[in-house]
Amino acid sequence: MKNNPPRVALFATCLVDAMRPQIGFAALALLEQVNCVVEVPMGQTCCGQPALNSGDQDGTRKIAKQNIKLLAGFDHVVVPSGSCAATIKKDYPDLFEADPVWHAKAVDLANRTYELLSYMSDLWGWRPKDVSYATTATYHDSCSGLRSLNVQAQPRKMLADVTGLELLPLEGANVCCGFGGTFCVKYPDISNAIVGEKAAAINATGAALLLGGDLGCLMNMAGKLHRDGSKVRAFHTAEILAGMGDGPAIGETA
Amino acid sequence: MNAFQGRVTAALADATLKIAIDRTTNTARSKRTAAIAAWPEFAKARELGRDIKDHVIANMEYYLNQFETNAKKTGAKIHWARTGQEACEIVVGICKAANAKSVTRSKSMLGEEIGLPHALEAAGIERVETDLAEHIIQLAGEAPSHIIWPALHKTREQVGELFKAHHTDPGALETVEQMVNSARRNLREKFMAADVGISGANFLIADTGAICTVTNEGNAELTTTPPRVHIVTAGIEKLVPSMVEAMTMLRLLVRSATGAELTQYTTFHTGPKRAGDVDGPEEFHIVLVDAGRTTMLAEGLAEMLRCLRCGACMNHCVVYRQIGGHAYGATYPGPMGSVITPSLDGLEKSQDLPRACTLNGQCQEVCPVAIPLPKLIRGWRTKAWVQGYEPLHTAWALRIWEFLAVRPVLYQLASNMALRIMPVFAKGGWISKMPLAGGWTRYRDMPKPQGGTFLAQYKKHQAAK
Repeated sequence: MKNNPPRVALFATCLVDAMRPQIGFAALALLEQVNCVVEVPMGQTCCGQPALNSGDQDGTRKIAKQNIKLLAGFDHVVVPSGSCAATIKKDYPDLFEADPVWHAKAVDLANRTYELLSYMSDLWGWRPKDVSYATTATYHDSCSGLRSLNVQAQPRKMLADVTGLELLPLEGANVCCGFGGTFCVKYPDISNAIVGEKAAAINATGAALLLGGDLGCLMNMAGKLHRDGSKVRAFHTAEILAGMGDGPAIGETA
Repeated sequence: MNAFQGRVTAALADATLKIAIDRTTNTARSKRTAAIAAWPEFAKARELGRDIKDHVIANMEYYLNQFETNAKKTGAKIHWARTGQEACEIVVGICKAANAKSVTRSKSMLGEEIGLPHALEAAGIERVETDLAEHIIQLAGEAPSHIIWPALHKTREQVGELFKAHHTDPGALETVEQMVNSARRNLREKFMAADVGISGANFLIADTGAICTVTNEGNAELTTTPPRVHIVTAGIEKLVPSMVEAMTMLRLLVRSATGAELTQYTTFHTGPKRAGDVDGPEEFHIVLVDAGRTTMLAEGLAEMLRCLRCGACMNHCVVYRQIGGHAYGATYPGPMGSVITPSLDGLEKSQDLPRACTLNGQCQEVCPVAIPLPKLIRGWRTKAWVQGYEPLHTAWALRIWEFLAVRPVLYQLASNMALRIMPVFAKGGWISKMPLAGGWTRYRDMPKPQGGTFLAQYKKHQAAK
């Protein structure tokens, strides 16, 4: 790293913004532990993935342009979601293939954008110190982070350094949970069948906690687990690593 | 409810179907995983396979001409078919010219695609399916539900019932071996009595004019050797330059399909019986079929023409594994089918297929020729959106959301307003029913929002500092 600490923008994502702000604060808490200056740009809304995956490229481009402008000038842009980070990193450049000016800007943003957990691990070699939870957890690999951004070993390595936390392997951890963004409400029956199998696999681990790096997938799995009467509690991995696992899990009241 | 949704509902309600799907696809996935793990050069071979296919697709005309020239030298007759219907007419024409009463057929997805089974029957020619699974679904009067295991949707118990009802001398049908023997007894005579044998081709080898077929049952050899006439129907994308490339492709294909290193039978068929040959057909016809392939090239689906038809994408697809092949309502199911079908059948009719996908990317990960299936699937969604096929309610919901998403101040206002309303529907930390959220809450609970957006809370935090 350069002597000047990098200026980092936290792009919280629309789901974290609306449903679980604590993940945003966990991300801030983690970023404050490395030598960077974090800001939360106020003009942020969403990466545009719902529009992109529904086929509305024009609509997505409008949102992408807004984000490209908003996030210009930051050394790094950090996103607590593999899926939203992948949209910025992989899809934005493709969206502007026919527009050299915006394409260059999109590539520039893509090069500066990181998924939170791989950012902490790969760029900073960060490991949790003095974080301890005497419990068991299992980890689900969300698909975009896993396949588009290679987020697999990093969260597991960091979780291994949480004192007292035992990580139990999840059968089919790399298999989709059936969320798929708008897929889960467009085809609820199929999505339910998929997440039903996932919930059964999670229960079979016997773990007390379910961890993952994408709130969409976590809400899908936690919502199904709760509906089925499971006692497994779900957190974003960043919440545990930031020592925020003592509070309510997803869907719990304070 | 549209036709696709109807088929999905039926499939999800069929517990036996799910057992059948799991039995086969679970084994297929674990065998493939083991085969790939035992092959350190897989990643390299995959790149090579992709490049070979891309090269052939980019030079299609050259290799087609080369194949035609060389196949003619072996004594094969070459026929060109622009459409599936043309191909069927050519095949039926050859059968009629040969006075064929009975034809044997070894499994070919192209044959299914172009409707050849139906065309033969319509022409009054007896059709005998010789692949065990095709034999099963012929008895059941059904269509294939998987491109490698056409009868994947049937349990062995169901197959036993079917054989008992249809085979002349079924005998005991307790074990798989007994079932196979029953099929063998019923098929053996028909192999020998057939006038024409029809096969597909896994590869067309340009520099020798040979065609390659792979099977595990030897039925392709029994289909192509005893009858007087052998007809090959093959899609033009099956070309490879030479045996060297065919070997690379075979290694990729078989490991990806079944996890075996090689199929039990890998045969290169080159021309009709020559003087001095003990057996072989007197006539050898190759029907080269376009049936939408050049259209796919023009539609930006060139990468899809790499497909080896191994089935790995569907074995690993979370959607296929819940709904099975028939729910797709097309010849090709699963991820590869969701890309091909809109091109073959039209997007309006098949728009659900690319939409009913989580875009999780595992299909691309296991594809032996690295087809970017999620990208191609999303490409169809883009076309569907532009052509106005998106259902009105979701299209409008998305437009309203987009309107807000590019107006951050308004977006925050709307978010914070919604976040004040949502808790009204919550019991404890969860919402189990809420207007406009039925798609979600029908099967899962929704966590109650923590209260106030992250941005609003962060602003407060900063102000308090």
